[in-house]
Amino acid sequence: MTELLVQHVDQSFDGKQILNDVSLSVKTNEIVSILGVSGIGKTTLFNVIAGITHPLDGTVVFNGNDITGEAGHLGYMLQKDLLLPFRTIMNNVILPDLVKGISKKDAIKRATPLFEFFGLSGYENKYPNELSGGMRQRAALLRTFLSTKDLTLLDEPFSALDELTKRGIYRWYTDISRQMQNSTLLITHSVDEAITLSDRIYILSGKPATISHEIKITSEERNKPDFELTSDFIKYKKEILNILNV
Amino acid sequence: MGFMKKLTNTSINFLPLVAIALVLIVWQIISALQLIPEFLLPSPLSVLQAFGDDYQALFSNSLVTLSEAFWGLFFGVGIGVILALIMDIFHPIYKALYPLLVISQTIPTIAIAPLLILWFGYGILPKVVLVVATTFFPIAVGMLDAFRSTDQDLITLMRTLGANTPKIYFYIKFPNALDAFFSSLKISVSYSLVSAVVSEWVGGFDGLGVYMTRVMKAYAYDKMFAVIFLISLLSLFLILIVNWIQYIITPWRRTNHV
Repeated sequence: MTELLVQHVDQSFDGKQILNDVSLSVKTNEIVSILGVSGIGKTTLFNVIAGITHPLDGTVVFNGNDITGEAGHLGYMLQKDLLLPFRTIMNNVILPDLVKGISKKDAIKRATPLFEFFGLSGYENKYPNELSGGMRQRAALLRTFLSTKDLTLLDEPFSALDELTKRGIYRWYTDISRQMQNSTLLITHSVDEAITLSDRIYILSGKPATISHEIKITSEERNKPDFELTSDFIKYKKEILNILNV
Repeated sequence: MGFMKKLTNTSINFLPLVAIALVLIVWQIISALQLIPEFLLPSPLSVLQAFGDDYQALFSNSLVTLSEAFWGLFFGVGIGVILALIMDIFHPIYKALYPLLVISQTIPTIAIAPLLILWFGYGILPKVVLVVATTFFPIAVGMLDAFRSTDQDLITLMRTLGANTPKIYFYIKFPNALDAFFSSLKISVSYSLVSAVVSEWVGGFDGLGVYMTRVMKAYAYDKMFAVIFLISLLSLFLILIVNWIQYIITPWRRTNHV
């Protein structure tokens, strides 16, 4: 049972208040998006949830433990894949385990069966510069999944990929996170990405920013073939664009 | 395609050799025609002759110079890496030391060599100290720049994984600085031999620098040229060794980009 609760978070940056009373939750097996225009404070919120910075006020509770301001509890991935060019793919994905002090042998044993899942079989001993952009992103996701099995924070992870690669990776990602019983909190500025991937979407807006709306997407709608071409999809998109006032 | 690539690669290695051969041939012709008197500029063949006649002295003196260069480089690299590490971890020390480091490199080595002899005697120590003084700097600056330019997002990622500072250096900063380290090392290696020779000029009993001053006083310019070529060859050889070590321990540089 996974549960992340972000409660009444206030945060400022350079003396200016960025976030005001932000509360949200992520439950087991959910993919939840935080959607907002660029510069609204998404990354500030992300850094608070990841424990990289301490909020002025409010708490972050994960599985019943207060983890406010503590890094290392949640998986974390950015738009940049941040694979180390001097380590093979295998040595990159086992890095979280090595940092935790797990032996290299055990870490490899744990990672090996997942390569197939992530479409990376045969690339264990390649270096990152030998992989395509989509594969590198999958390798970075594998590393994130191996760093924590429960909840993954993604900060615009797919925005550097081209349109076709993106479409494939969305479907793949929803499948894999369901199979691995992983929960995801995704930060994005792409309305399409949020609708395609999420069970719920939080809209972050205002100055200072707060959660102004929450939109649920039912799974029967989302599982339709070519969901992104249906009228339901367009309906959600219209609603969101209206809220964002763009 | 593969064949063309091979041809281009070979010709890249081949061209400098052709250039060197041409220079030597022209030089030999100039000497043979006695356009320049032999005592001013000995011909390549007589340099080779001098090399053959005196190879035992050249060999034994090379060992002395090489060991000075080696120990100087050894401690110079060590000090350079440690300085870079300290300056990267403690910002005030970086602020305080960095200008001093740069100023230290503006002091001409030839000027401090006699002082070192005065302080440390005629043995190996003043030579090693001078080599240390010239070789630590490229390493310290190269490593420091590499440490400081490490991607901040990578460090944040390591922090979210729960890594402490030693682990960040071990997994990220040191491997990330390897390329800069080897570039600096190549500079330091070529400095090391020249510095050892310069410090031998000023005072000492053995070494290629001592040999050099001796043959110069005897106006034996063929031997002078022989020792100059030998020093160049030794420097090249040392740089090749560094290249080889780099090739072995940085396998990712050999891979093909997508």
